[in-house]
Amino acid sequence: MAAAVAAGALALSLAACGGSGNDKKSGDGHSSGASGGPGGAAVTLPKLDGTTLEVAAVWTGGEQKNFKQVLAEFTKRTGAKVTFVPAQDPIINFLGSKIAGGQPPDVALLPQPGAIKQAVDKKWAKPLGPEAQAQLAKNYSQGWQDIGKVDGKQYGAYYKAANKSLIWYNAKVFENAGAAEPKTWQDLLSTAQKVYDSGVTPFSVGGADGWTLTDWFENIYLSQAGPDKYDQLAQHKIKWTDPSVKQALTTLAQIWSKKDYIAGGPNGALQTEFPVSVTQTFTGGDQPKAGMVFEGDFAQVNIGETKAKVGTDAKVFPFPAVGSTAPVVSGGDAAVILKDSKAAQALVTFLASSDAATIQAKLGGYLSPNKNVPNSAYPNEVQRKIAQALIASGDNFRFDMSDQAPQAFGGTPGKGEWKDLQDFLKNPSDVAGTQAKLEKDAAAAYGNGS
Amino acid sequence: MTSAAAEGVAKTTATPSAPRGRKSVTGTRRTVAALFLLPALVLLGALVVYPIGYSIVRSLYDSSGDHFAGFDNYKALFTDDGIRTALKNNIIWVVFAPAVATALGLVFAVLTERVRWGTAFKLVVFMPMAISMLAAGIIFRLVYDQDPGKGVANAVWVGIHDTFAQSSAFPKAHPGRNSPLRADHGGFLTTSPVHTGQSVALPLVGVAPDQMPHSAKKAVQATSEPGKITGTTWQDFTRGKGVGRLGAVDPSELGYSGMRIEAVKDGKVVATAKAADDGTFTLPAKADGALLRLPAGNFKEPYNGVDWLGPSLVTPAIIGAYVWMWAGFAMVLIAAGLAGVPRELLEAARVDGANEWQVFRRVTVPLLAPVLAVVAVTLMINVLKIFDLVFIIAPGSSQDDANVLALELYRKGFSEGRPGVASAIAVFLLLLVIPVMLFNMRRLRREVRR
Repeated sequence: MAAAVAAGALALSLAACGGSGNDKKSGDGHSSGASGGPGGAAVTLPKLDGTTLEVAAVWTGGEQKNFKQVLAEFTKRTGAKVTFVPAQDPIINFLGSKIAGGQPPDVALLPQPGAIKQAVDKKWAKPLGPEAQAQLAKNYSQGWQDIGKVDGKQYGAYYKAANKSLIWYNAKVFENAGAAEPKTWQDLLSTAQKVYDSGVTPFSVGGADGWTLTDWFENIYLSQAGPDKYDQLAQHKIKWTDPSVKQALTTLAQIWSKKDYIAGGPNGALQTEFPVSVTQTFTGGDQPKAGMVFEGDFAQVNIGETKAKVGTDAKVFPFPAVGSTAPVVSGGDAAVILKDSKAAQALVTFLASSDAATIQAKLGGYLSPNKNVPNSAYPNEVQRKIAQALIASGDNFRFDMSDQAPQAFGGTPGKGEWKDLQDFLKNPSDVAGTQAKLEKDAAAAYGNGS
Repeated sequence: MTSAAAEGVAKTTATPSAPRGRKSVTGTRRTVAALFLLPALVLLGALVVYPIGYSIVRSLYDSSGDHFAGFDNYKALFTDDGIRTALKNNIIWVVFAPAVATALGLVFAVLTERVRWGTAFKLVVFMPMAISMLAAGIIFRLVYDQDPGKGVANAVWVGIHDTFAQSSAFPKAHPGRNSPLRADHGGFLTTSPVHTGQSVALPLVGVAPDQMPHSAKKAVQATSEPGKITGTTWQDFTRGKGVGRLGAVDPSELGYSGMRIEAVKDGKVVATAKAADDGTFTLPAKADGALLRLPAGNFKEPYNGVDWLGPSLVTPAIIGAYVWMWAGFAMVLIAAGLAGVPRELLEAARVDGANEWQVFRRVTVPLLAPVLAVVAVTLMINVLKIFDLVFIIAPGSSQDDANVLALELYRKGFSEGRPGVASAIAVFLLLLVIPVMLFNMRRLRREVRR
C-alpha cells in the first residue's frame, strides 16, 4: 500500500516536472475552453452521487495529468468519484494480476486490439451498453467502431488515437538543403539525398526500441501491398516469406542500407532509444545529428524537451506514398469495462462522447478518433494537420500490425519482429534471411496462442 | 529469492539441533518449543516453501494454467534459442564475475594493508556497494554510451585513439550528381585522365559549412596554365539553394582548403598537390595523362569508439559494472580474513629470504583460501540471479545477446505471458543454486565445528 502511494506521488511529481512545457500549451487551451466548454453538452449522463470508479491506464506525465482533467469533468457532471490507477506495460498482464487478486479496475484503457480480444477471451471484458454504443455510432467511423468489436459485439470504445504515419523534420535543415516536403517514396529518397549533400545525415532511427522499426515496415507495407494484404499478414494468414514482404523489405533497404543516411550508422542507431532519436534531430542548431525522424504524433512530447518549437522549427509531413496511396497506420487506446455497473457504462459513454475528447484535445498532445471533435479544438497547426489526416483516412487506416500480433512476436524487446528488424537494420542485404527469421518467430508466436 | 529461500532452510536445520540436547525434558517443554517455532515456521512456509512448491506445480502446467503439460515447459527450456543464450551467458557470468571480483578484492585488500591511507581507500572502493543495482545500471548505461561526448568509456578510448591518429577534415564528403569522380578505396578517382593546360573541376558535396576548415575561402575556378595541370576542388553546394550550377563554382561555395590530390598513373602516384584556401591546386607536367585521386586520408571518419553495448561486448561490459560494485564487498571480507592471518608466519617467510611475491603467493593466499572460497561462492550465488544490471544496461537491440536466466524468466513470465515456462526457469535456477548452497553450508558447519 505504502509503495503504491509512493509510486503515485512519484508519478505526480514526474507529471509536475515533465509537464512544464505542456502547461503553457494547456494555459491558452483553457482560456478558450472556459468559454465554449460546458455550454452545450453533447451527452447526457446519469446522476451517480456516492459511487466510486477506478480507471487503469499506462499513461504517465502530462498525458495522465490531462486525462485526469477529463475525469474531473465526469465527476463534476455526475458526482461519481473516479480514481486513476497507473498501470504498467503490458497492461493485460497488469490487469491479470489485479483480477487474480479480485480487485479489477472498473474501466481499463487497452492499447491494442489484441489485448481487447484477450480480455474478452478470458471473460474479463463486459460488453458496452446501448448509451455507449449510441455515442460510438454518432461519433466514430465504421473502422474505428469495428476494431473495438470482438465476435460482432462492441467491447471497446477508442478514446485516444495515434497517427503513426508521420515524418518529422528539422525545418532549418530542409531550408539549408533546399529540400521540400516529399509526397512519394521517390521524392523522399531524393529529399534525403539533398539533405545528405548539404552535410546533414538524413534520418534518425531509434533502433534500440524495436517498435520504431516495425512502424517503418508497416507504413511501407500498407502503402505498397495494400490494406487487404496488410490484414492478412497481421493475422498471419499469409506468411512472412510472401513476395510482398520481400518487396517491402527491399524498399526499406533503400534507406536502411545506406549507412550514411542513418545517424550514427546502423550500429549507432541500434543503441539510440526513441526519445533520443527525436531530440537529436532537433538539437544542434544548423548541425543536428539528423534532418528527419519518422514516428507518430507522440514524438511532439519529445520535441517539447528540446528548444525547437513544433510548427516552426519542427515540422511534419505525412509518410509518403510508396504504392498508390499514402499509408495511415494508427494506434490507440480503447476504454473497456471490466466491472459492469451503471457508473462504468456512464464513464465509457462519456469517454466516447465528443465532450470528453474535446477537453483533452485542447490540452494538447492528444489525438482523438472521434470525428465530431472540432478540428479547431487542437491547440496548434501541426496537431490540426495530424488530426485532419487521421479523420480524412476514414476507414482506410490500419491499426499498428505489431500491436495486433501476439506479444511474443510484436511486443517484446529483443524478441520476435522487433529483434528481426533490428538485425535487418544491421544487415539490410539479407532480405531472404530476415523473412525466414520473421516467419519462424511468427509461426512460433501465433502457434501457441498466448 | 532462491538464495533467501536457501538461507531460510539453513536456519531451520540449525535451530532444531539445539533442543535435541535436552531430550529428557517433559512433553510440555516440547509444546512450548513448538509454540515458539510456530511464527517462524508459518512465515517460512508462507513466504518460502509455498512459493517454491507452487512454482514447481505451475511449471508443469501450460501458459493458461488450466491444462497439465507434463514436462513440455522443461522441454521448451532446452530448445528455446533465447533460453540457450541465457544459459550460456549465465555460465560466462558465473565463471568470470566472481573470479574477477575476488581477485581484485584480494589485490585491494593486500595492498591497502600496506598504504597509509588504506582505510580511506577501502572506503572509496566499498562505496559502490551503497548504490542500488538500479542506480548502478543507469550510471553504467551512461558510462558505456556510444557518443564520446556522453559516455566516459568511449571518451577515454577515443581520446587515446585520436592522440595517435587524427581524423580528417572532410569525413562525409561524397560526389554529387553527374560527378566526374567515382569512389575508389575510400577515396575518389576521376573517371577520365587529365592533361596539361586543362583546368580540372573536382566537386564534392556533403560537408556542412560549419564543418569546413576555418581557413577555407570562397572557391575560385582555376585558370588554365600551359605545361601545368590546374584545378579546383570545392564544396559544390550552396546553403539553402542546393547544388546551384552543377559542376561549376557558384559565388558563395567554399574551396576544400587542405585537400590532398594525387596524380595516379598505372597505380603509381606520380605527383601530389595540396589545395589552397580557395580550393585551387597545381600539378606539374609529369602528371599529364594521369587520373587524379582524392585519397582516402581526406575522408577518414572520426573514430567513434568501441561499441560497448553491441552484441559482442555487452556481456563483458555488464560484468565490468558488476565487478565495479562487488569488488569492494570482496575486499572487505578478504581484508577481515587478512587481519586474522598470523603475522609471525609472514615474518618467518621473510626471514627465510622469501621475496614479497613469494610471501603473497605461498603464504598469504593459502592462508586466505577458506575466505576466498566463501567470497567466491557467495558471489556465485549472487551472480546466478543477476537481473537488474542486465535489464537496465543492455539496450533493447542487444538485450537478447546479454540475456541471462533471471531476465528470461521475467520476459517469459511478464511480457510474453508464458508463466509455465517462467516457472520452469525458476525451478531450474533453484536447481543450479542448490549445489553451491550445499557447499557453502558444509563449509559453515565445518567452521563452526572448528
